[in-house]
Amino acid sequence: MPGSRKLTVRVEALARVEGEGALHLRVHNGQVRELRLEIYEPPRFFEAFLRGRRLEEAPDITARICGICPVAYQMSACNALESLLGLSVRGPLRDLRLLLYYGEWIESHALHMFLLHLPDFLGYESALHMARDHPEWVQKGLQIKKAGNALLARIGGREVHPINVRVGGFYSVPSRRALLEHQEDLARARDLMIEALRWMAGLEFPEFEEDYEFVALSHPEEYAILEGQVRFSHGRLAPVSAFEEIIEEIHVPYSNALHAVIRGRGSYMVGPLARFNLNFSQLSPLAQEVAASIGLMPPVRNPFRSLLVRGIEVIHACEEAMRLIDRYEPPDRPFEPFEVQAGTGFGASEAPRGLLYHRYRINAEGLIEEARIIPPTSQNQRRIEDDLRKLVPQLLSLPRDALTWRCEQAIRNYDPCISCATHFLRLELVEE
Amino acid sequence: MARRRKPKLAVWKFASCDGCQLTLLDCEDELLTLADELEIAYFLEASRAVVRGPYDLSLVEGSISTPEQVEQIREIRRQSRFLVTIGACATAGGIQALRNFADVRDFLEQVYARPEYIRTLEKSLPASAYVPVDFELRGCPIGKGPLLELISAFLNGRRPQIPNYSVCVECKRHGTVCVMVAQGTPCLGPITQAGCGALCPAYRRGCYGCFGPMETPNPHSLGNWLLARGMAAPDLVRLLRTFNAYAPAFKEAGERYAGIAEADRSG
Repeated sequence: MPGSRKLTVRVEALARVEGEGALHLRVHNGQVRELRLEIYEPPRFFEAFLRGRRLEEAPDITARICGICPVAYQMSACNALESLLGLSVRGPLRDLRLLLYYGEWIESHALHMFLLHLPDFLGYESALHMARDHPEWVQKGLQIKKAGNALLARIGGREVHPINVRVGGFYSVPSRRALLEHQEDLARARDLMIEALRWMAGLEFPEFEEDYEFVALSHPEEYAILEGQVRFSHGRLAPVSAFEEIIEEIHVPYSNALHAVIRGRGSYMVGPLARFNLNFSQLSPLAQEVAASIGLMPPVRNPFRSLLVRGIEVIHACEEAMRLIDRYEPPDRPFEPFEVQAGTGFGASEAPRGLLYHRYRINAEGLIEEARIIPPTSQNQRRIEDDLRKLVPQLLSLPRDALTWRCEQAIRNYDPCISCATHFLRLELVEE
Repeated sequence: MARRRKPKLAVWKFASCDGCQLTLLDCEDELLTLADELEIAYFLEASRAVVRGPYDLSLVEGSISTPEQVEQIREIRRQSRFLVTIGACATAGGIQALRNFADVRDFLEQVYARPEYIRTLEKSLPASAYVPVDFELRGCPIGKGPLLELISAFLNGRRPQIPNYSVCVECKRHGTVCVMVAQGTPCLGPITQAGCGALCPAYRRGCYGCFGPMETPNPHSLGNWLLARGMAAPDLVRLLRTFNAYAPAFKEAGERYAGIAEADRSG
């Protein structure tokens, strides 16, 4: 009987996540007694040193929270600040923001799917190990990733920490011709992803489902990425400004990242599954068609299938990016000017990993007096623990190594970015 | 002929955003070739397989900001033949070194409800504050080109060709119009090390110094020039205090102008 066996497992490092954390697990008589996702990522105090900075500096400073999704930080910061300044960024400037963001989605999702998550499904330690047997899939994944990065670098100046974003728009805007150069690579990335999904759909996905509360932005006209209201699968649509009334952040002793829960309801999930389930009908027709053809219809409640959902979002992102490039004419000016005013601004956007919330209080001189940032991984943290609490008892008949690996895979379902949440991921399992 | 043993590469992370190590994974065209030339022995962001040290080349990302990290960087130094710090955090303490100008306990209380749960050092410092470093790659983030040049130089046993001149030189080479002269936009280009390809001026914004100070910069000359053209001292201090705020030349200049700002305020 599995529960009666005496076993102690200690794995020093959980890999293929962005950042440093650890999982501590103690199992007794087949029951999970202790389970803690421990985040050791040293605190960097962004919210503290934003105080006294100019509001114009927020996009560049907050980008440094995460090298994987800097655009998400830049966009959430701009949203929050522009809402308080009464600034509306529309037309081609908005399209350019979407294009920049789609570039990041394609890059980040392809990175996670092919280099970080897929090796788990095929039993490889890394994509580089996987490349010895399946070089074509690694190369195709890298090609998709490159198409996203190229678009991001074209508009943003570079892939990591783009330099071209400012409150109100951009410092300079690309020519139509420059953007048209990306059409072919985006079409190829889309086709490669369709091919990859048809193959990935046949992989073995662990049987696991939960009745999650999904939370994602929702927008009347598009599959929300840049802006929207907050949709809760078990609650009402809410404006972004009400977010902190609905969720609360809790500080637990074993983590340098705050845990977010919905007041009175508990853990919830943000990210690709939440978006797909809440906003499916707004995906591009082809993305919906491919999803249906591989049997992926909402609600998807198996977090392991997030691998496929990310692929669907990449197809959507490629298609939308091509459509926006097709209609692009450069705007008259690269940004909307503004007058500084005091007040509080709320903003959110959909980072590849999920909803990213910013709030700033600005004084009459345009200086930041208070900043609050709630990244997707700190929102998913409690949910990851809840998944593991349910999953581990199902795995106790597995050999120790397989059990550990499956736990790691379950954590990677969330593409956790621990740099964002506040990094050293060590997995420690004690079975008694 | 028997092939020589592949050199062992390790990639380490301290307090950082992951962006510099991601730059390695962003080498989409070169990644698989790199994996042929080097044994990726430790790179947690990419692989769960861990090969024990010693390592031939260690790339270190992030600043040293907790007591445990001090011990860890010393151990990594013991295990590494060449230790190269990558990025502004590892070479200068990073944006999180802004805490070095304040009381870290105030910062803790601003961010965390239960500050007693957090272990941190007073200062966020570069690896070189604790161990000898063989080479530094600058940038927030580092560039792909310089990273590939560094690895290629290492594999061929030569010194990497990394510029130590200013961003201004890159602008002139590219024929980029000077943003300070043409637009009156404050720019740190004259005192910042090249390596980014003079990106910001090419996008019509001023350089914000993410590659840190060039060799023998003259920040006082630039600072006085900016003040004389109407920049407020506190804004000059903010410009100097971002991602390389604790790099010595920027730190000293920042302190000088903070003093001037303070005197203006009280006088």
